[in-house]
Amino acid sequence: MQISRRTLLQGTAGLAVAAPASVRAADGEPIRIGLLTVKTGPLASGGIDMEVGMAMYLKERNNMLAGRPVQLIVADTGGVPATARVKTQELVEKNNVHVLVGPLAAFEALAIDDYITEKQIPTLSVAAAEDMTQRHPNKWFVRATSTSAQCAHPMGEYCAKVLGYKKMITIADDIAFGQEMTAGFQRVFEDNGGKIVQKLFPPLTAPDYGTYVAQVKSDADAIFLGFAGSNGFRFLRQFNEYGLMDKVKPIGGMTALDEAVLRNMGDEALGIITTCWYSAALDNPQNKHFAPAFRAQTGYDPGFYAAGTYTNAEILDVALQSIGGKAEDKVALMAALRATKTDTVRGPVRFDDLGNVVGNVYIRKVERIDGRLMNAIIKTYPDVSQFWTYPPKEFLANPVYSRDFPPAKNL
Amino acid sequence: MKWIPTALVLAAAALLPLLGGDFYVNLASQILVAVLMAASLNLLVGYAGLTSLGQAAFLGVAAYTCAWTGVKLGVSPVVAAGLACLMTLAVSALFGAIALRASGLGFLMITLAMSQVVWGLAYRLVAISNGDNGISGIVRPSPLGLSLDSPGAFYWFTLLVVVLALWFIAILVRSSFGATLAGTRDQPQRMAALGHNVWLIRFAAFMISGFLAGIAGLLFVWYNKYIHPSALSMTASAEALLAVIAGGSGTLAGPVVGAAVVVLLKNYASAYVERWNMMLGFVFLLIVLFLPEGIVPGVKRLLGRGR
Repeated sequence: MQISRRTLLQGTAGLAVAAPASVRAADGEPIRIGLLTVKTGPLASGGIDMEVGMAMYLKERNNMLAGRPVQLIVADTGGVPATARVKTQELVEKNNVHVLVGPLAAFEALAIDDYITEKQIPTLSVAAAEDMTQRHPNKWFVRATSTSAQCAHPMGEYCAKVLGYKKMITIADDIAFGQEMTAGFQRVFEDNGGKIVQKLFPPLTAPDYGTYVAQVKSDADAIFLGFAGSNGFRFLRQFNEYGLMDKVKPIGGMTALDEAVLRNMGDEALGIITTCWYSAALDNPQNKHFAPAFRAQTGYDPGFYAAGTYTNAEILDVALQSIGGKAEDKVALMAALRATKTDTVRGPVRFDDLGNVVGNVYIRKVERIDGRLMNAIIKTYPDVSQFWTYPPKEFLANPVYSRDFPPAKNL
Repeated sequence: MKWIPTALVLAAAALLPLLGGDFYVNLASQILVAVLMAASLNLLVGYAGLTSLGQAAFLGVAAYTCAWTGVKLGVSPVVAAGLACLMTLAVSALFGAIALRASGLGFLMITLAMSQVVWGLAYRLVAISNGDNGISGIVRPSPLGLSLDSPGAFYWFTLLVVVLALWFIAILVRSSFGATLAGTRDQPQRMAALGHNVWLIRFAAFMISGFLAGIAGLLFVWYNKYIHPSALSMTASAEALLAVIAGGSGTLAGPVVGAAVVVLLKNYASAYVERWNMMLGFVFLLIVLFLPEGIVPGVKRLLGRGR
């Protein structure tokens, strides 16, 4: 087995006492965890947070899970599906990993879908692709974060019932993630009496949102932002410059005002309401430890990717303990992962039959706390499943969320 | 005795699955696909003097046709492959008819523009391509009833196809057609004056090049069992061009070496070097500075000087 210099550094850096590798090997064969992340290209900021989150969890436990030493092998997919597959093969065939954490993006998860089935590798991902746990479930896949629409469903209800909005606009990156998220929002919002009067899908790499901001129907009550990465931040800045903030209230999906971009924003973000399964401001024992520790290490608050990967590590830890650390028994590990019920940084989690998380979704509002912008929790929807309140059978009989489903009747 | 080195390389390549682990066999399969891609482009760049920045479009057309007909229409892999070849030929004919109105920089820009159209369609024609989700669930064919699901079997299949294709290219460039093609590259006006139809010769080369890239596309989609628009992005086309230029355009071995270098740097070295993009750039910089004609001719020159 070859160990890269980088892997070795991470491995040893994790040990409080820098023991030589030969001593560690005497403790028994390590559990090998492969982390598929993105460290180059446009998705890199989230990917680097994933690595920090994972390394932090292992470091806190002296690189031991369930009584066995752990070796973390990090692979950079570059955010390209074909490379994600290559890197997965490398982790599985060359590094012989027992379990995969990642990948980051939906299309990466879809690219390795058949491979992890063939090789039977338990995979804990943050990728949100709906059908990975719905119409084409993969039994080697668990998702402790959420599907694209899982957090948008409660927001649809919140906008219609609590905020009392009648007419709304949706705007999102023109990728599956953005389309699925806004479709889920639209469905619940309209089922609660609201009307989506406009749907906008700028390309993922739009250099300028001027032409989209100019199209926004200013008689709508609010606009739902299904952006990922830094796009939400860039859109909001232009939206603000056009003086639309007071006319059409921006409402954020789970990645629009992520902690990772919030740190670059100013007072224009104050008061914006968003939905997510996590906030750095969450008040639970796990997060009270994690968020300040992450902040101390990196200088900023943890967001979607850091918390998601840390949650995955917590779940993996619990599952490994329940099977006595026998990571080689993949079937048992997979069953243990799916049976996991534990408290994590995002709150209590458990999994449904398809391997997707059932957990809290938080409605959050940007406030200034300790001199910096944070997503303060204003409402908790407990135990939200990927099907929201719809019966799973009926939900799965529909086509997957897309630009065209559910159909928009009120444009 | 000039065939001995080639035979040794082939024998070594054929024995690889018996020696290396799955990872290395899969890596070698990917190199072979990249080699075919680069060799097909070399026909245009090296032998016809037409630099194209749109070669990935043909890979994409073949891959998407195979995936769409196989997965959504449910035809067998062999039929899907046949349809993919026909579709690639049709698209090559269309693109060739348009792009060959120009040569030089104009040709490069038109091929770039048209490949971007195909890439855009792959993203936007969601009903066919699944857009950003890509198409998964592609089945590999089983020629003569032999399953290609194991890394070794697929590697041998790919090796056979790529070697046949390279052999075909070798015969082609040494034939009278190859000579006229080189003529249109070096002296198009004289060739026209001699009565050759320069446009038709170039068009034939473009079709052959597109078809071979389509074969690479089939191997690509069977290898990955998944296709996503990123496979036909400009980056993919540029990588193929880079392989040709780095290896040495206008030589038979150049694209083979160039593609191997690109794939190894991208997929193998990236596990050991954090800033692998930078390293990639650095390696190409060194090639341009010290072996400007490409690795294969450059190394030959250096060896010749040493004697």
